[in-house]
Amino acid sequence: MSIEARNITKTFGAFRALNDVSLTVPTGRLMALLGPSGSGKTTLLRIIAGLEQADHGSGQVLFDDADVAVRPVRRRGVGFVFQHYALFRHMTVFDNVAFGLQVRPRRERPDKQEIRARVGDLLRMVQLDTLADRYPGQLSGGQRQRVALARALAVEPQVLLLDEPFGALDAKVRKELRVWLRRLHDELHVTSVFVTHDQDEALEVADRVVVMNEGRIEQEGTPDEVFHHPATEFVMRFLGEVNQFHGRVDAGRVAFADVELDAGDHGRLAGPARVFVRPHEWDVSLAPPSQAAIRAVVKRVQSAGPVARLELLTADGALLNAELPQELLAQLGLGADTEVYVTPRRLRVFAEDRKPPAAGA
Amino acid sequence: MKRGRTRRRVGVLPGFGPTLGITVFMVSVVVVIPLMGLFVRSAGLGFGGVWETVTTPRVLAAFRLSFGASLIAATINAVIGFLVAWTLVRYEFPGKRVVDALVDLPFALPTAVSGIALTALFAPQGWVGRLLAPLGLPVAFTPLGVTVALVFIGLPFVVRTLQPALMDLDAEVEEAAAVLGAGRLQILSKVIVPTVLPALLTGTTLAFARAVGEYGSVVFISGNMPNKTEIVPLLIVAKLEQYDFAGATAIGAVMLVLSFAILLAVNLLQGWTGRYREGN
Repeated sequence: MSIEARNITKTFGAFRALNDVSLTVPTGRLMALLGPSGSGKTTLLRIIAGLEQADHGSGQVLFDDADVAVRPVRRRGVGFVFQHYALFRHMTVFDNVAFGLQVRPRRERPDKQEIRARVGDLLRMVQLDTLADRYPGQLSGGQRQRVALARALAVEPQVLLLDEPFGALDAKVRKELRVWLRRLHDELHVTSVFVTHDQDEALEVADRVVVMNEGRIEQEGTPDEVFHHPATEFVMRFLGEVNQFHGRVDAGRVAFADVELDAGDHGRLAGPARVFVRPHEWDVSLAPPSQAAIRAVVKRVQSAGPVARLELLTADGALLNAELPQELLAQLGLGADTEVYVTPRRLRVFAEDRKPPAAGA
Repeated sequence: MKRGRTRRRVGVLPGFGPTLGITVFMVSVVVVIPLMGLFVRSAGLGFGGVWETVTTPRVLAAFRLSFGASLIAATINAVIGFLVAWTLVRYEFPGKRVVDALVDLPFALPTAVSGIALTALFAPQGWVGRLLAPLGLPVAFTPLGVTVALVFIGLPFVVRTLQPALMDLDAEVEEAAAVLGAGRLQILSKVIVPTVLPALLTGTTLAFARAVGEYGSVVFISGNMPNKTEIVPLLIVAKLEQYDFAGATAIGAVMLVLSFAILLAVNLLQGWTGRYREGN
């Protein structure tokens, strides 16, 4: 089932959580709503679920092109997974998962044996079949979230909505669960939307990513598109670390931090601009390269990890971050106070016409 | 999960030994020893004597009224108290603070004052009694009047024990139930009430225990007619006034045993309804 949200606006008192947002999730896709807290992503998800109503007279939510405004939350046929699980703590794992089937009107309710069989299947799928008689209080966070997912899937929803599903878990469990969620989605193909503020999570799991900020959609695209071709400064900053410079674009050349380079695709801009370079997109060398390069001194080398991280101080006193493969670090023999030349392999330029958006977490 | 119970937990707070010691000491001095005294006193009558005293029709009628009216009052309080606590926790309305403070009033008021107030209200000439009497519903000087008084004094127990439990209730849990297709009544009966059931039981039990022992507020409204509206505590006082100490302690001891049995049963029930807390 496809989901479409059209021109949704939502205000809480004086705060505008969503500002004329439109979004389409094609059938069977897994879409991530990514943004900092307060960007409106959870509100959008809750409006799709029917847990929240859009402002009166604004917008529509359509499932398979049918307006669901008249369908209250309990009749929308959605599965919803909450950040803090929201399990029924007085019920066993089994009863939690069976709940959605048990509350059906008598004539639509499967019989006892069928419920038992279906819940059993779901618990096997989330690998919790041995814990069916436990209470939620006796489970770990990761197990609880899997119960919540099984519970949401028990009613065979047409649409699965997940609100920061891994937000309350520790890093390792998070990673495992997101791989597992992706695999589950590949099996079930239920149209899914999940909210996250973790860019790695969104980029790794989703088919499509919607980056949100201050109640608007900044960019929508595949993980590749949003990561490699950020449409706005906000997306650039939000999807990874950046080094930022003030510069100017003139006649296809961009000047910043005492270098002048070919502006490439960004050449059509003119005037003051902000220039961004990702830490892993610096070329670092000991000797001055043929093209223009920024001269800097190594302040700190942090080599524990898959890549080495350098903190560099430029001649005009700015701090730069750079990431190098470990082998290259060893080859260059960099240490504190080594003088180096850095030049961006790739840069992104945005016209400086508005004040910088606050970069979120 | 069984193991967690029996294994002695070692915490940062000082010892199990001293705390248990103080607990046992206080319970002994304040509760057990005075009550033992009661049994010793009544033992003077011998078992047969006690049996004879408490099986007279007048005493039996008083027991029926005391426990019956208390049970009904506690049940009514469970329902009304739930509604009051729910309203106070879930909704914002003008004067909420005042209502919240009013709930405690039956705690603070000398019970005799509440008794006089209720009697004035429900007497055949009173504000409310005047309206009810023509309907054939006399309240004052009937068992119904006793129940009304017991509802009045028991209400704060239910409200105050339920409030924190309801505040703890996560709104997301109700949303989760709604998304899964549950209607409002199903959410109430399958999610909210079972979750707060241990607290509800505690509050109701406290209200019941208080009602069984209540004296001051009841004696005015009941009219104290033997075999009709005489409660056990009043009967005990009556015996004392006739210098029948043995009789009074015999009734007291039986009341004690009954109350203890009921409270113990409720406690076990509570453990069962709260079993999901194990291992938390």
